[in-house]
Amino acid sequence: MLTIAGHQFESRLFTGTGKFSHSKTMLAAIEASQSQLVTLAMKRIDHNKDNDDLLSPLQAMGVKLLPNTAGARTAKEAIFAAELANEMLGTKWIKLEIHPDPKYLMPDAIETLKAAEVLCARGFTVLPYVHADPVLCYRLEEVGCAAVMPLGSPIGSNQGLATEPFLEIIIEQANVPVIVDAGIGAPSQACKAMEMGADAVLVNTAIASSAAPIIMAECFNTAVISGRNAYLAGLGGVVKQAQHTSPLTQFLNV
Amino acid sequence: MSFVEQFKRLDLDDLSMRIYSCTSIDVERALQRPQGNIESLIALLSPAAKPYLEIMAQASYKLTRQRFGANLGLFLPLYLSNLCANECDYCGFSMSNKLKRKTLSEPELLAEINIIKQRGFDSILLVSGEHETKVGIEYFKKVIPIVKQHFSYVALEVQPLEEQEYNTLVGLGLDAVMVYQETYRPHTYAKHHTRGKKKDFNYRLSTPDRVAAAGVDKIGLGVLLGLDDWRVDALLMGHHLAYLEKRYWRTRYSISLPRLRPCTGGVTPKVELTDDGLVQMICAFRLYNPQLEISLSTRETPGFRNNLLPLGVTNISAGSSTQPGGYQNPNTELDQFEISDERSADEMVIQMQKSGLNPVWKDWESNWF
Repeated sequence: MLTIAGHQFESRLFTGTGKFSHSKTMLAAIEASQSQLVTLAMKRIDHNKDNDDLLSPLQAMGVKLLPNTAGARTAKEAIFAAELANEMLGTKWIKLEIHPDPKYLMPDAIETLKAAEVLCARGFTVLPYVHADPVLCYRLEEVGCAAVMPLGSPIGSNQGLATEPFLEIIIEQANVPVIVDAGIGAPSQACKAMEMGADAVLVNTAIASSAAPIIMAECFNTAVISGRNAYLAGLGGVVKQAQHTSPLTQFLNV
Repeated sequence: MSFVEQFKRLDLDDLSMRIYSCTSIDVERALQRPQGNIESLIALLSPAAKPYLEIMAQASYKLTRQRFGANLGLFLPLYLSNLCANECDYCGFSMSNKLKRKTLSEPELLAEINIIKQRGFDSILLVSGEHETKVGIEYFKKVIPIVKQHFSYVALEVQPLEEQEYNTLVGLGLDAVMVYQETYRPHTYAKHHTRGKKKDFNYRLSTPDRVAAAGVDKIGLGVLLGLDDWRVDALLMGHHLAYLEKRYWRTRYSISLPRLRPCTGGVTPKVELTDDGLVQMICAFRLYNPQLEISLSTRETPGFRNNLLPLGVTNISAGSSTQPGGYQNPNTELDQFEISDERSADEMVIQMQKSGLNPVWKDWESNWF
């Protein structure tokens, strides 16, 4: 069971709502993923409409909504979007995303830290999307973030865990849950992140853009369960020489 | 330094020669590493790439779905005025064309807005002829706050303005500016733009610099395909895009690929861009720049548009009128150009869903940011 800010999640696979061809496919894929935390972009919410085709079914599924601030390029913009998310969706949970670079959508560390400080002080449960920077993750933890969400590789790139050495440090050091976000393109990569000890992964593009999103969502679900179990079971160390299962010198200990 | 200085260093004849001397080996190399590589763009736009069109289309489709998902943004043009102080021999709004001139008043603007909103649109492209005195910055300063009350995304396609003017409009809610160079060949440009401020090739060429410096969220580039050799114009637009992306890294970019259409008093295309050429161009730009937004207008026929939708396009218009007041009083006498796809937005949505694409009406909220 994963606990973030007092909320418990049975599934360690978090998913998104973007990029699907149809809302029905999206809902079926989320169901198949068993995900209990689903992120959605505030910029897509139409405040003039009820958005019921998107929100009601998600709420009926019992998943926790995690509005995100995608589109914000500064701390000020992200804070405003978070306040609106609170007002419109009635949640103080926010995935803090600030990327002024529309090309690779790289998170802005400075603005993210500034916004996190303000939002945490205002009582938000802040989950910041950041580069895999161990010091920045420490700093975000210090200002009160409920989890950190370092990237595996650029958003939507399917490049997997390109930041692996830094993710290892973050996982080792963190006192809050570490959710590997962005770049995970295959169930095997999600499994690897979980084997490394990540607390959860967030996957959107790899599911939504696949030819069979529902099947792919199921695959990610099982991969995350396997990776977590493998981590708990304890993976063997890696050595260059072969280690015999029946050592030849065992008789000396008899 | 604006793009004008960089443009002067380009040898246009040499670039043209390089496009036409590409071989299949160059194309195959380009397909291995197309992204952000201008040499690859040259090969992908070349005649040598024609046999690779299916491979390019498959890759373009895949990249587009990966980057943008199944989403396709819907927008509609709202023509504010057909007044124009320029003489461009391909455009129905040209100063000397004998047509009824009209600029929307506030009540007329609101009537148009109401109709467009009823159709479900949330993203609007404000268009006018280029008449600085009668439809200039003062008019836009009045119009944009009104429009912004109704639409979350407001783009502008009017005459080039000064940086400070763009900045003022950003403060009033402007999100995007489309400024099409029409052709990047100065000699051809001079031939088609014979009177008015639009004659100034360099002022137009430096406009995206001013737009970006003013903090506009998105800049749209474009060439009018058919004025000159489309391969060379497309490549030069690629150079322009590469320059802007490096210098103004916070800005988003889109391109528009309008083919020259018949219009009142207009010229016929000098260099024809065939259907397969347009497909090649869309795919070449998608492979070169996976994050680039590509717009498709109603200039193309319904059947062709259906087939283009999944290939790399990210934004489309539907049910467009190209005349001021045209949504309330449809009447083709004031049109800028003839449209080919008369389908309504609802009909387009059905077509998009058939193609496994998701219509996105709203994707922005600058008021919140």
